[in-house]
This record gives sequence, C-alpha cells and structure tokens, in this order.
Amino acid sequence: MQLGISTAHSVVEPSAQSRWIAGVLVALYALITIVPLAWIVLTGFKTPPDSISYPPKILFTPSAEGYCNLFTTRSRQTPEYIAALPPATETCDKVARNANMVVAGPSNFVPRFVNSLIIAFGSTVLSVGFGVMAAYAFSRFKVPLKDDLLFFILSTRMMPPIAVAIPIYLMYRELGLSDTRLGMILLYSAVNVSLAVWLLKGFIDEIPREYEEAAMVDGYTRLQAFRKVVLPQATTGIVATAIFCLIFAWNEYAFAVLLTSGAAQTAPPFIPIIIGEGGQDWPAVAAGTTLFLIPILVFTILLRKHLLRGITFGAVRK
Amino acid sequence: MSIPSKLAGRAAQATPPVLATRMRGLSDRTIAWAFVGPTMLLLLAINIFPLIWTIKLSFTNYRANRPNANVLDVGIDNYVSVLTDPDIWIAMQATAHFLFWTILLQTLIGFTLAWLVDRKFRGHGFWTTMILIPMMLSPAVVGNFWAFLYQPQTGLFNYAVSFLTGVPASSFEMIGSVRLAPWSIIIVDTWMWTPYVMLICLAGLRSIPDYIYEAAEVDRASTWRQFWSITLPMVLPFIMLAVLFRGIENFKMFDMVNLLTSGGPGSATELASITLKREAFEKWRTGYSSAFAIILFVAVFGLANIYVKALNHVKNR
Repeated sequence: MQLGISTAHSVVEPSAQSRWIAGVLVALYALITIVPLAWIVLTGFKTPPDSISYPPKILFTPSAEGYCNLFTTRSRQTPEYIAALPPATETCDKVARNANMVVAGPSNFVPRFVNSLIIAFGSTVLSVGFGVMAAYAFSRFKVPLKDDLLFFILSTRMMPPIAVAIPIYLMYRELGLSDTRLGMILLYSAVNVSLAVWLLKGFIDEIPREYEEAAMVDGYTRLQAFRKVVLPQATTGIVATAIFCLIFAWNEYAFAVLLTSGAAQTAPPFIPIIIGEGGQDWPAVAAGTTLFLIPILVFTILLRKHLLRGITFGAVRK
Repeated sequence: MSIPSKLAGRAAQATPPVLATRMRGLSDRTIAWAFVGPTMLLLLAINIFPLIWTIKLSFTNYRANRPNANVLDVGIDNYVSVLTDPDIWIAMQATAHFLFWTILLQTLIGFTLAWLVDRKFRGHGFWTTMILIPMMLSPAVVGNFWAFLYQPQTGLFNYAVSFLTGVPASSFEMIGSVRLAPWSIIIVDTWMWTPYVMLICLAGLRSIPDYIYEAAEVDRASTWRQFWSITLPMVLPFIMLAVLFRGIENFKMFDMVNLLTSGGPGSATELASITLKREAFEKWRTGYSSAFAIILFVAVFGLANIYVKALNHVKNR
C-alpha cells in the first residue's frame, strides 16, 4: 500500500482571486472548528452558574473555581464553623469559603494525571524499543514470511478494543495485573507496537544500506553498525513514532475505563466523572480537559511534518 | 575510525566466511530472530493468546462475574443467538447509518478543504495546522465536552443553531431525542475526523505532476474537464485509503459515543461496540459477547481485505 508522491508542483498556478477566496473559506472553517475548543478553555475559568447561563456568556468575570474544584475536594460546613476558622490564605480556600465550604484535601486529579504520564511514557519506551528492532530486521534481513508477519502485526490493530478487553480482563484478573500500571503499560505497548513497526520500517527503509555496509567493512559488527550508524540516522523517525505512541496512550479510553478503576486509572476515564453538587461540575471538567489537551496541542504542532505518515501507518509519505 | 578496528575489518575480509561470521559477532539470522522476537512475543501474549481464549469462551456459557459457576460447552449456540438477536441487528443498523454518513460527510468536506488548501494561499500552513487539531485529541474527552456543548436549553450548539436559523434553542435536544441523537454523534465525528481525510486528500492532490495539467491546457481541456479526468481519478486511491482507515476506526467506535450518548436515548445510538460492552461488562454474558466479538472481528477483517483488494485494483488500473 505504498503510494508514491512526487513533490514537483506549482506550474499551473491558481489565479490570485481564487486563492483569496480559498484562503477565506479555509480560515472560516478553521475558526468554526476551533470554537468548541476555545469554549472549553473559557469554561474552565467560569463559575458553575456562568457555565450554564443562557444566552452563553462570552464576557464574564474569571474565576478560579473550576481549577480549585479540579484539584481539591471540599466539604460543606455551617457558616458558624467557617466564621470560627482562621482567615483563608490560599486562593482555593477563599473560593471554597464563599460557597460555605472548606477544602478537605487534594482531589484524585494529580494521581490520575501522573498515572497517565507513567503509562504513556512506559508503553512508548517499550513499543518504540521493540518496534525499532523489529523494523530494522524487516527492513534489512530476509525474514521468512515477512509480508505475512507484517500484515499480521497490522491486523492486530484492527480488533475492536472491547473485543480484546474481554479476555484481557480475565487474563489480568488471573495474573493480578488488573488495575496496575504494569498491566496497562504492557497492553498499550502491544497496541502501539504495530504502529511503531510499520512507521519505523518506512523510516529505516529510507536510510541507505551502504552506510552500514561501509561501517561493517570498517570492522563494525552488525549490532554495532545498527547502534552507531542506523539509530542516529533514524532519530527523527524514532522521535516522530514515539510522539504518535505517546499521543495514543495518552488519549486511550476504552481499555482504561474497563480495566482500571483506582490505582492505575488514567485521566481520560477520570475527567468525565468529576461531579459537583447537583450534577457534573462543568468548569472543573473543562479545567481538567484543558490541562489534559495542552500536551497534545504542543505535540501536534511539533509533529506537523510527520502527521500524514503517522495517521496512515506510513502508507502515505510526504 | 580507529586503526585497530580498520585492521579487524581487513582481517575479517581476509578470513574465510564461517570464521568471519564468528569474528563479526552474531549472524544476521540470529539478529533477525532476536530483533523480531520481542514484538512477536508481546503480540502473542497480549493479542493472539486472548483471541484464542475468546474463541474458546464463545462456545461456552461462561460468565465473568461468576468465576466459580459450572461452565458448560454450548457449541455454536452463542453464534446462533447473536445472529438471530434483533437487538444486535438494530445495533448493526445504527453502526451502518453512522458509518455511511460520517464517511460521506468527511470525504466531501475533507476533499473540498484539501482542494482549497492546495491553492496555496498566504498562511495556508497555519490554518491547516489549526484545522488538524481536533483529530489529535482524545475521543473520550471530545465526547465528554461535546455533551456540554449539546446541553439542552443552555448549550452553545443549541444557541448557535438558534442564532443562525431562528429556531428557539429550547425547542430541540440533540442527545436527548431519538431522532437527533444519531446526528449528534455524526456531527462530532465529522468535526473530529474531517481533517484526517483532508490531510490524505491533500497528499493526493500534491502527488499529481504539473505536466499533466500543462498537457491538458495545451489540449484546451476545460477546468471542469480537468477536474473530472485528471484530479479526481488521480486522488481516488488516496480517498479510498482514507475511507478504509475511517471505516475500520468507526466500525470499532466506542469511546466518543460512550461518553456523548452512551448509546441512548433507548438504543438510538447504540453502535456495535457499545452493545458489546453492555453484554460483556454490564450483563456479564461473557460467552455470548465473545461470540459477538469474534463475529465483529471477522467482519472488520473481511471487509478490510476486500477493500484493500479493490484499492489495489484501482491503483493498478
């Protein structure tokens, strides 16, 4: 499924007018597409009543309540109890006392965020490590049944996650891996390794074999040539692949919600269940969503040039 | 390179092959196996072994919430009851509706956007990156915050619709009504994944060499004619690739819909994966849901195979 692309372009130039119209239409689409996101970021700074007022408020007094509610748990107290307390020093204390509450302690958001980080990085290291080795072997050696193995590796990605989760749930229960970070790291590595092998094979295919052969003539062993010649040459590809694996593991929800509930729960299943008094606490949910999405925005911009390749398993290259 | 290692290289060249291999460390064959091994072991342990286990379970009446109960071999009963269950067929219809409209809308809008971006107006890089953002986000988090945008009466979506069309914002509910809920998930999926199709179509458009258009200009082919005879046929393999990937992904769709509508109201947006989750992790009919999982896997695998064949056929035409 390799579609070759030539980069030659630009003789039959579109007219200045058609360019201008195209530019306006695309910018308009981009702005509409970004409104929902911008709205979530704004909602994170609203008070709960502001967040559900009608008509929707674009101008409002910013409040720290969303972020405070995200990071703390609070308990309701009588006004007399609050009046008897020493004056509040921290912002979140003040916000809570205005609503007749006191901060009871930190919420689970930080531990869930940390779980997300550990599981995402752990699984990325494993899948990229395994992936780069397998990709090198597939790229350079005559592996028996090479095409079948590559297709098999890709096909593991086609399984619906819920279908995989049924036996994994049973297996992890037997092995004591349920709701553990190790279990999630292994699971995400297995899901990501197919992407890593396919992407990295594409990147390694592009490194001329002559480099390693020259190094081997100079006395390097195959492994030394791999370590000292191929790996440095493939750095860009490895980084791009690692970011794709990170994003997948960071965003994953289906396995996380079915297989974790406490100790190893990641952020995606946690954010939607942030409940305030009388329903979902939307400013807190929006604040959590914003913090959760920021790393993705940074990575998307970094990955710009390799996006196409990543999302098509290396089938389309630019 | 140090002199000793150069000498070693020469020595390796001068020695007979068997000895050379030993001097130069592990043989290629050993390295190949050692390098492919870890990946294969991981996939065998986390994918293939569970798959075999699922197949085994699909012939039993096992229930995961009663691990000590007697497990009976029920033959193909589970498969028969999945295929004759009207609820399953309702879910398959909902999935087909979702697949058809998301793919149609995303292809149309995505191709149009790609065609516009290909005009290379000033700032096209910036706007393209901005358009691409939604597809990188977590589908679960997206589903969750769209539930907020779709809130009845006060949601931003209802406000925008009433602002643009004059329909009162409180007169309709996107995720609360049986009629509109299927469209609410189609809108979110289209918002999220149109950039994906756009990006692939853009690669297709940029792959068309200019000399073909120049030749068409010389032959005085109209712009319309150029579009139908050059642009579209040459981008078609790319569009089909995008449709293949979107088709597989949306056939498996779970996270976004689970958080947006959780299959409701009633079973209006209950896609195959949502039904599977209910059967497996709420009703705990493990044997039955294993059979359903196998059927789904065979379906997606079979469709993908047929589609890849068609894709190669178009490419080689």
